Amino acid sequence: MDASGQGKLLVVTGLEKSYSAKVLSEVDLSIGAGEVHALVGENGAGKSTLAGIVAGLVKPDGGHMNLNGRPYAPRNRRDAESSGIRLVMQELNLIGNLTLAESLFFDRLPHRLGWINYNRLNEQARPLLDQVGLGELDPTRLVSSLGVGQQQLIEIAVGLSRRCDLLILDEPTAALTDPEIDRLFAQIVRLKANGVGMIYISHRLEEVQRVADRISVLRDGQLVFTRRPSETSLEEIVRWMVGRELGSVVRQRPARSGGAVALRVRGLRAGPAVQDVSFEARYGEILGFAGLMGSGRTETMRALYGADRREAGQIFLRGSDVPAKIRTPSDAVRRGLALLTENRKEQGLLLPMAVRANISLSHLGSISRWGGWVQTAVEQAVALRWIQNLRIRCASAEQPAVELSGGNQQKVVIAKWLCRDCEVMIFDEPTRGIDVGAKFEVYRLLADLADKGKAIIIVSSDLKELMASCDRIAVMSAGRLAAVFDRGEWSQDAIMAAALSGYGVNL
Amino acid sequence: MGRSKLINLISDYLGMALALAVLIIIFSLSTEHFFSIITFRTIANQIPAAIIIATGMTYILVIAGIDLSVGSVLGLCSAVLGVSLAHLQWPLWAGLAGALGVGLACGVFNGLVSVLWGLPSFIVTLGMLEIARGGAHWVTHSQTQYIGSAIEPVAATAVGGLSLPFLVAVVIVVVGQLVLVRTVFGRYLVAIGTNEEAVRLSGIDPRPIKLAAFALSGLLVAIAAIIDTARFQSANPNAGTGFELEAIAAVVIGGTSLMGGRGSVVSSFFGVLIIAVLNTGLASIGVRDETKRIITGLVIVAAVIVDQYRHRWPWKRGK
Repeated sequence: MDASGQGKLLVVTGLEKSYSAKVLSEVDLSIGAGEVHALVGENGAGKSTLAGIVAGLVKPDGGHMNLNGRPYAPRNRRDAESSGIRLVMQELNLIGNLTLAESLFFDRLPHRLGWINYNRLNEQARPLLDQVGLGELDPTRLVSSLGVGQQQLIEIAVGLSRRCDLLILDEPTAALTDPEIDRLFAQIVRLKANGVGMIYISHRLEEVQRVADRISVLRDGQLVFTRRPSETSLEEIVRWMVGRELGSVVRQRPARSGGAVALRVRGLRAGPAVQDVSFEARYGEILGFAGLMGSGRTETMRALYGADRREAGQIFLRGSDVPAKIRTPSDAVRRGLALLTENRKEQGLLLPMAVRANISLSHLGSISRWGGWVQTAVEQAVALRWIQNLRIRCASAEQPAVELSGGNQQKVVIAKWLCRDCEVMIFDEPTRGIDVGAKFEVYRLLADLADKGKAIIIVSSDLKELMASCDRIAVMSAGRLAAVFDRGEWSQDAIMAAALSGYGVNL
Repeated sequence: MGRSKLINLISDYLGMALALAVLIIIFSLSTEHFFSIITFRTIANQIPAAIIIATGMTYILVIAGIDLSVGSVLGLCSAVLGVSLAHLQWPLWAGLAGALGVGLACGVFNGLVSVLWGLPSFIVTLGMLEIARGGAHWVTHSQTQYIGSAIEPVAATAVGGLSLPFLVAVVIVVVGQLVLVRTVFGRYLVAIGTNEEAVRLSGIDPRPIKLAAFALSGLLVAIAAIIDTARFQSANPNAGTGFELEAIAAVVIGGTSLMGGRGSVVSSFFGVLIIAVLNTGLASIGVRDETKRIITGLVIVAAVIVDQYRHRWPWKRGK
């Protein structure tokens, strides 16, 4: 670590922060102009808190910061932004009912006497969208009409659009596909050349190695390790992060052939995103769904689960020849089909409610008697069992779900569904935004479920994770199923080629 | 466990009980007329209808809905009861059944329309507010129906010095609270108010549950209507005017969130008591009606501000 703050953009010394427990203790960090400083660490290690302090969202309990050699103590986010520090957050911070152009220029809409000049606004928005590779999108589209990945790119464009000296990117690639990540990295290189310093927070270590000038590891609120990427290795970083050895991040699953057909989907259509999708999933196998953002994977799953309206298509369960009548999620669950959605905070959890109540939600009927009297002792016991089984880190079963880290929240959602014991379980982005250790545990869990004979479907944008854990991988492209690969037949190149095939790209 | 549960229970209601006690002490010190059996008996006779309506309203607010129609529906139920007893000479049981049926039907209408068309309950129940009031005047030809002794058994029955209506109200509060915190239905209500989409995607259809909450509110309003009609031994087509706002005020004073997901029937009960004591107390120290309304309004706003400090939205805390 640098002994002096000479020539540094931002120098952080002795930063402290506690909530109910200590989150940061004695953290020293420095970022030079044009330097990308990556922060890695398990969820709950304190990365987001550190970023929040620098960006003015969180007040530190102790320590101080210097920006360009002058003391820096932002009172709020606005303060930090006027000092040239911008944060692009992991959680999307966009207003769905605004257009893309309005979102990009929200705090400085071009206007005359309060009347917005939309022509000029949309004109200004185009180059910004181009920068993050969304140039083909109409600036007058609503933010809510975009998928999560594209929204994340808009969020990054918002950050890039303002003059800034220090850009903090908190999990910028969590929802992005490889081509989108490449575009983002091109932007990072450009910004570096302009002297912008960056704090880059990510769980994706390969990316970090690619993009960072220095990598720091936070563990339990302490900065335990800082190196240049050339001086260290993936294994070493992971070791510092978890404080223990991990064989590989995701263990390769032994090949297996599935059993009987559990789910057969024929001719599914739902809106522009799902056009004539047919596939089947078998008991005892893990079927992966790869594809670019917006290729229709999430929409396919939601449509067959009854969460969104279907225009056409039949769903057959348990090898039956009679199509299953699934019009609502409750129909689907009653027939043994479960969906774990990609947005756990918005769609999966009851955030202010206890972990216990979240876990029991899907099966309250079975732990109640006399037609609906909840047996709280049973509920408590079931919750504690799952907290133990899945190693959910929480203060108690009564802790509100909102206070848990991302990985533990995901485990709570998984526990909720495991209680319900569905035969076909669809996991949409099960490892988004969760740390390496938790990812490993989630995939081990999914493998266990498949071993127990369940049909598992995983939608993921992380190709390496899919290739390591799936028995078959279906690739969607532009709303259609482009290809299905068996284990051993696939390669990263072949899957990418299939994913791009629907967009008129030939590799 | 048992001990900490008890402490939780006490801390939940301590603030409300203290506020109530403070009010009683202030009024008792201000005037010697206030602290007497007569005062409390008067209050106990006045509030059963409000308590019962506030119980239903608590359920509706917990699912992030609102029911603006309770006052008018009370008027309609009362009108139906009055006409059927005074005019049509129905037996008491048939009149009561008619009133309950009308209240239930109004609640089902509110629930069905807002659930089937996905409309905000604010609008649907605002419509019902007009429909039911119009219905009350239509049924009674805008004439107050004097029932007389036919309905006396409802109000006159007393157990241990407490009137039947008051006992019914207390039972409804206790059962209502238990249903809210201990049953699957109650848990679903809280979950829907917290995040309806998450509930739906968890494979639980929120629609019948929301419908049931509105139906229940309608039924409870009918019970309140019967009690009020019995108290006055007559059915006024304007009965219940403004009750919706009183009920919402009481529930909100009790700390139930208008945003849904948090609420307690017992707290609403305290809310009704606080408003009743405030009204009676201010009257007994000779405060004029207009001043009373200003003070009551300020108390409602102050109570909600205090509650904001007690329950900061957990997800707004920095993490």
